[in-house]
Amino acid sequence: MSNRIVNWFKYASPQSFYPLAGKLIPWFWALAIVFTVAGLYITFFAAPTDFQQGEGYRIIFIHVPAAWMSMFIYIVMAGWAGLGLALNTRLSGMMAQALAPTGAIMAFLSLWTGAFWGKPMWGAWWVWDARLTSALILFFLYIGFIALQAAIDDPRRADKAGAILALVGVVNVPIIYFSVKWWNTLHQGASVSLTKAPTMAATMLWGMLIMALAFWMYSIAVALTRVRAIILEREAHTEWVKDLPEVQGAKQ
Amino acid sequence: MNWESPAAFFAMGGYGLYVWGSFGVCAVLMIVEPILASKRRKDILRSLRRERIAEQLDPQ
Amino acid sequence: MNATLAPILAIIRRDLLLAMRRKSEVLTALFFFIIVVSLFPLGIGPETALLRKIAPGVIWVAALLATMLGLARLFAPDHADGTLEQMVLSPSPLGLLITGKIAAHWITTGLPLVLLAPVLGIQFDLDGGALGIMVVALLLGTPLLSLIGAIGAALTLGLRGGGVLLSLLVLPLYVPALIFGAGAVEAHISGLGAGGHLSLLAALLALAVFFAPWATTAALRIAIE
Repeated sequence: MSNRIVNWFKYASPQSFYPLAGKLIPWFWALAIVFTVAGLYITFFAAPTDFQQGEGYRIIFIHVPAAWMSMFIYIVMAGWAGLGLALNTRLSGMMAQALAPTGAIMAFLSLWTGAFWGKPMWGAWWVWDARLTSALILFFLYIGFIALQAAIDDPRRADKAGAILALVGVVNVPIIYFSVKWWNTLHQGASVSLTKAPTMAATMLWGMLIMALAFWMYSIAVALTRVRAIILEREAHTEWVKDLPEVQGAKQ
Repeated sequence: MNWESPAAFFAMGGYGLYVWGSFGVCAVLMIVEPILASKRRKDILRSLRRERIAEQLDPQ
Repeated sequence: MNATLAPILAIIRRDLLLAMRRKSEVLTALFFFIIVVSLFPLGIGPETALLRKIAPGVIWVAALLATMLGLARLFAPDHADGTLEQMVLSPSPLGLLITGKIAAHWITTGLPLVLLAPVLGIQFDLDGGALGIMVVALLLGTPLLSLIGAIGAALTLGLRGGGVLLSLLVLPLYVPALIFGAGAVEAHISGLGAGGHLSLLAALLALAVFFAPWATTAALRIAIE
C-alpha cells in the first residue's frame, strides 16, 4: 500500500510524468480509434432508423457524449486545480491548463450538434431550453478560465488564480443549472421541453456509451499531448529538459 | 443493413445537412486539436534545440 | 464581537470617505445605469404592455453592468499605493478587511441602484406592488453582485485588459442572481407571488457571504505575492 503511494507521488513531478505521458499517449489514441470505429458502426449501421425522428436522431450519438465530456472535464479540471492549490504540486496546474481547451471544444461541440439536431426536430437552431442555456454558460466559464490564464504571465500565479476560478465555477455550475431550469419552467410557453425522452433502445444506449468512451479516450490523449508541451515550456531552463533525447539529438 | 445505396447513406433520409454538419464539424475539430497540440510541443522542442546549438557554438 | 466588527467598520468608513472625495466615480456608474435603462424604450418602442413586460429584465441587466463598472477599481487603487500590502500585514484578519471593502463597494454602487430603481420602474409603467418587490429583490441581489464580483476583481488585479477580462469571468456567474431577481418581479406581475424567488435569492446571498470573502482573500494573496 505504502509502495503504491510512493509510486504515485513519483509521477507527480513533471520530470517523471513527461516520459510516462509519452508512453501512454499512443495507447489512448489506439483505444480512441477502436471505440470511434465501433461507435460509428453502431451509429450508422447497427442502429435502426428512429420511427419519430428519422435519420436525424443519429446526431444524438455525438451530441450526448460531447455534452457529458464537457461537464466531466470541467469537474476533473477543477479537481486538478484544487489539488494543486492544496498540495502545491506543479503538475496539477499544468493538467488543469491542458484540459481547459479540450473541455471548451467539447462544450462547443455539444452546442453545435445540439443546434443541428434542434433545427430539424424543433424547427429552430436555438431554443432557450434549460440544458442548452446551461451548456452555453459552461462554455463561457471555460472561455473565462482560458482567458484568465492567458492574461497572467507568471505561470505559478496563473495556476493558482485559475484554480480559484475553477473551484468557484464548480460550486456555481449546479446553482446555474438549477436556476436556469427554474427559469425555464416558469417560461414554459416560450420554449420546448425535452424532458419526455422516448424510451431508449438498447442499441442506442450502447452506441452512446461506446461513443462516450471514444470521446473520453480522445480527451485523455489530447490533454496528455498538450500537457507535455506545457511541461517543456515551463521547465525549459531545467537540466532534465536539456538532457532529453528530443532536445539533444537531431531526431524528435 | 440500413442503407440501400451510398447515395441513400449520404442523404440520411433528408437529414443529410444536419447529420453531416454535426459529424463533419466534430471530425474537423477532433483532427485539428491534436495537430495543434503536438505542433505546440514540436515548436518548443525546436526552440530548445536551437538554444542548445547556440550554447555549443558560443561557450562563453 | 467588537473585535470582529471594528476593522470592518473602519474599512467601510475609510472607503466611504474616499468615495466622497471622488464623487464622480460613483455618479458615473449611477448615470450609466439610468442611461442604459432609458435607452431601451427608445430602441423597442413606447408600447406600455411590452415595456412593463421587459422592465424587470432591463433594470436587472443594467444593474449588473453598472456594478461591473466599479469592480475594476475595487482593489486597484489600494494595490497601486501599497495599502493592500499593509492590509495583508495588519493584525486583523484579511478576510474581515476584505468584507469591509466589499460592503463599502455595495454601499457606493449597489445601494444607490436600489434607491433609483423605483424611479426607473415608473418609466416602465410598473405598479406600486411590483416596484416594492423590485426594491426588495435588488436589496437582496446587489450585495450578491458585489460579493461575486469581488472574486473576479481580485483574480484580475493588475492584469492587462483587466476590465474586459473581469466581465468575462463575472457575468456568467451573475446568471442565477439575474434569473431570481428579475424573476421575482415577473412572478409578482403574473400573480404567482415572488416569495420563492426572494427566498432563493436570500439563500444565495447567505452562501456568498460565507464563501465569497474567503475566495476573494485567497485570490488577493495570490495576486500580491
